[in-house]
Amino acid sequence: MKWNKRKLNDMIMSFLTAACVVIAIIPLVSILYTVTINGISAINLDFLTQLPKPVGEPGGGLGNAIQGTFIVVGIACVIGLPIGILSGVYLSEYGENRFGRFVSFVADVLTGTPSIVAGMFAYTFIVLYFKSFSAIAGGVALSVLMIPIVTRTTEESLKLVPGSIKEASLALGIPKWKTTIYIVISAGKSGIITGALLAIARISGETAPLLFTSFGNMFWANGLEKPISTMPVQIYTYAIAPYPDWHAKAWAGALVLIILILVLNIGVRFVTRRKYGM
Amino acid sequence: MQNKITVKNLNAWFGAKQVLYDIDIGVEKNGITAIIGPSGCGKSTFIRCLNRMHEVVPYAKASGKVLVDDEDIYDSDIDPVDIRRRIGMVFQKPNPFPTMSIRDNVVAGLKLGGVKDKKILDNITEETLKKAALWDEVKNDLNKSGVSLSGGQQQRLCIARALAVEPEIILFDEPCSALDPISTSKIEDLMIKLKEKYTLVIVTHNMQQAARVSDHTAFFLYGKLIEFGETGQIFRKPKEKSTEDYIIGRFG
Repeated sequence: MKWNKRKLNDMIMSFLTAACVVIAIIPLVSILYTVTINGISAINLDFLTQLPKPVGEPGGGLGNAIQGTFIVVGIACVIGLPIGILSGVYLSEYGENRFGRFVSFVADVLTGTPSIVAGMFAYTFIVLYFKSFSAIAGGVALSVLMIPIVTRTTEESLKLVPGSIKEASLALGIPKWKTTIYIVISAGKSGIITGALLAIARISGETAPLLFTSFGNMFWANGLEKPISTMPVQIYTYAIAPYPDWHAKAWAGALVLIILILVLNIGVRFVTRRKYGM
Repeated sequence: MQNKITVKNLNAWFGAKQVLYDIDIGVEKNGITAIIGPSGCGKSTFIRCLNRMHEVVPYAKASGKVLVDDEDIYDSDIDPVDIRRRIGMVFQKPNPFPTMSIRDNVVAGLKLGGVKDKKILDNITEETLKKAALWDEVKNDLNKSGVSLSGGQQQRLCIARALAVEPEIILFDEPCSALDPISTSKIEDLMIKLKEKYTLVIVTHNMQQAARVSDHTAFFLYGKLIEFGETGQIFRKPKEKSTEDYIIGRFG
């Protein structure tokens, strides 16, 4: 083998890229490792189903926080998914104009907005208005984060549907709205579902926007207009407390949350892998 | 000769760029009319004006008259959706619906048009696949994906799909340019068979194909109709110098 400059360059660059991959996954592996080691011992059935106990009393769990997370994320989905998906459909199929480009731009800006701003939005318009922290306020805050993500992923996945297929449908005398629903959305379905699941995974772990919207609660949820416990906030509360027992619970809560998000991401893999009739 | 389509003074634009200039042409009923010409001469735009698919492209517009049975399809109270149901189209690249089975592809136009009766749909599936000379090859795989077929089969599936909505006219936009010679000859035979019932317009890059299948041929150049006549006359005794130059291969 002749040793020359080009081959040397090739080796150096290959090594550098591989090294960067390793550096990139170190934090991820380290987080997963630490959370698992510290959290696994505190997880049991009680932890997943019981209410938190006061300081000093052993046992108790995060049952209400898990329930609350599902409720708040559910509210966010009810608000965010229809708005996000329909906006994405508009941008992709009807948005070839100034307004469409403007909305697209705004969605990009919103995607990059710090999540606490979404919390401030819900605080200003809902918490202050109803003079109470509430599950709804938390859901609205999360939906604000969700909408731009869902909008853009829907738009992108529909734009990937070949124009030739839309033309085939229009040329059959199928009206544009039916073409959009039955041909375009049907072909871009897996992309839309992927975007929705990724958005859910993203908002499930959000803490900042929930601190002053859904607030927190040591009991089971008792109404959407009342403060509600959520996992990220509960983990935060446990983590900053000075009690070792609560720290252990924070680790365990973090592990449960990570597993939930992992399951969602595996769901994404599953959705994108399934292809028609193969 | 009775004309199914009469085009009068047709002009077409993409934005500010004019691509068709004052086209006047008559398309014979139950005949095959071929449109030939080099790339960029406006032949695809021309047939897309015949079923109002031209205006689907943003910033595209057309003016003039296209009479189908004496009715102007550009009349303001005509719905382009109805026109496209009457005038089917087969595209250059086979484009079956990727999420649908072979059966659903064939009857997509009917299903989305509101036909629900499974028996009717099954009958039409068989009938049109037979018309499109595809039935024997796919009759046991009707639930397979439309895109699992070969290119030539996909194109015949697209023809079946166009036939299923019972159009009067079928437009072919370079239907064989992505196909192998055997598939091409199958589709050419099919077109000749179809003209008994339908009026066909075919855009083609391939002059031999126009000579093989068409009754009339129109030669387009730079957005203008240079010459139009019986196919035999166009290929043997073209009147215009540029037609002759194109046909004998001096340019194009």
